[in-house]
Amino acid sequence: MSQRLVNWFKFASPASFYPLAGKMWPWFAAIGTVLAAAGLWISFFVAPTDFQQGEGYRIIFIHVPASWMSMFIYCVMAFWAAIGITFNTRLSGMMSSALAPTGALFAFLSLWTGALWGKPMWGAWWVWDARLTSELILFFLYIGYIALTAAIDDPRRADKAGAIISLVGVVNVPIIYFSVKWWNTLHQGASVSLTKAPSMAATMLWGMLIMALAFWMYSIAIALYRVRAIILERERHTTWVAELPEMQR
Amino acid sequence: MNAFIAIVRRDLLLAARRKSEVLTALFFFMIVVSLFPLGIGPETAMLRRIAPGVLWVAALLAAMLSLNRLFAADHQDGTLEQMSLSPTPLALLVSGKVLAHWLTSGLPLVLLAPVLGLQFDLSPRALGVLMVSLLLGTPVLSLVGAIGAALTLGVRGGGVLLSLLVLPLYIPALIFGAGAVEADVAGLGAGGHLSLLGALLALGVFFAPWAATAALRIALE
Repeated sequence: MSQRLVNWFKFASPASFYPLAGKMWPWFAAIGTVLAAAGLWISFFVAPTDFQQGEGYRIIFIHVPASWMSMFIYCVMAFWAAIGITFNTRLSGMMSSALAPTGALFAFLSLWTGALWGKPMWGAWWVWDARLTSELILFFLYIGYIALTAAIDDPRRADKAGAIISLVGVVNVPIIYFSVKWWNTLHQGASVSLTKAPSMAATMLWGMLIMALAFWMYSIAIALYRVRAIILERERHTTWVAELPEMQR
Repeated sequence: MNAFIAIVRRDLLLAARRKSEVLTALFFFMIVVSLFPLGIGPETAMLRRIAPGVLWVAALLAAMLSLNRLFAADHQDGTLEQMSLSPTPLALLVSGKVLAHWLTSGLPLVLLAPVLGLQFDLSPRALGVLMVSLLLGTPVLSLVGAIGAALTLGVRGGGVLLSLLVLPLYIPALIFGAGAVEADVAGLGAGGHLSLLGALLALGVFFAPWAATAALRIALE
């Protein structure tokens, strides 16, 4: 038992995590590429044309996985933030800041593809639906986190401040979601129901799940890649970084 | 508890000595609210419709303007550091500061809102609901804002950053606050919205000073 604990904490040190991440990210990137190719092939060539929505529905193969990832990454960020605050580990903060740009990217992608989908389906680029609004607010939360950590020069302080704001954010996300939902039902604006979607064909579901997995793999690969860069930047004064083969050139 | 009261009295005294800061935020609130009819047009039906939202958004912005002074002066002259060393828990002192902040920036807004609501031709009943919603909601603004103010303490471009951090977190208070008045005008009863605002306030009173304290300790490191 104690042996395993020791092994886990070993990778909490940037010096031992750096080579591990270096070994891992190409695998995730490769799996992600294969899955994305398969998912895109299914979504463009195998999945049948929807009889209600025509070809435009194919946007959901990007849109839905991007929305899922944007929400999930925020939770992972908050998880690393909590770990960082509890155990005072340096790597946790680096993980959080490595994940934030990817999460913001997915939130933006989800809003953008949602607008592209909404125009032909609902006849509007934007409706004040509960999901759209909370996704927009999630995007703002990501931007707030990135702006705060970028404004503080000392990286350790930036990590801790970012940890607090992401934990405050993760507590607020459900509150915001429900408040926006109730606000929307009160207003009764656009009568668009996203929840009562027609049941999906199996191939569509498979395409979407494979795309979601591909996005996962991409997120893991890019987060590991970015965390390596962050480790190098912050630990550049240490001897182990100076002795790295990629630093010798 | 004595320390809590002492902090509240001290901050109130400081605010009373520097009246212009308090008054600036108040006049900002009045000006923002008065700008909307000029931009939108003076039709009474329209104004009555947008009044709750306009007053609440203006209250949000006014509360945010005054957040900067919550910790900044004490941080500059080292008082905050002394507070963090005192035997009284820092969270209690932070709560005291937040209460004083609300008394000087939130409460005046609550008292002023009915006068501005008259400009928008709100009924006396709606004005009452507006006051109650602001009374429950503005403390939430001060509490959540304290977290943001503590996080941006001594940070480059703190003011703009503060708005970026805090405004998304203010959205629930805005929705339920403005929603209470709208629901009452629509004849649905404001009880549900006001209860939810109360719930937000209870959550805020419990958690916000704690989070703000953690943020202050980081700033003081």
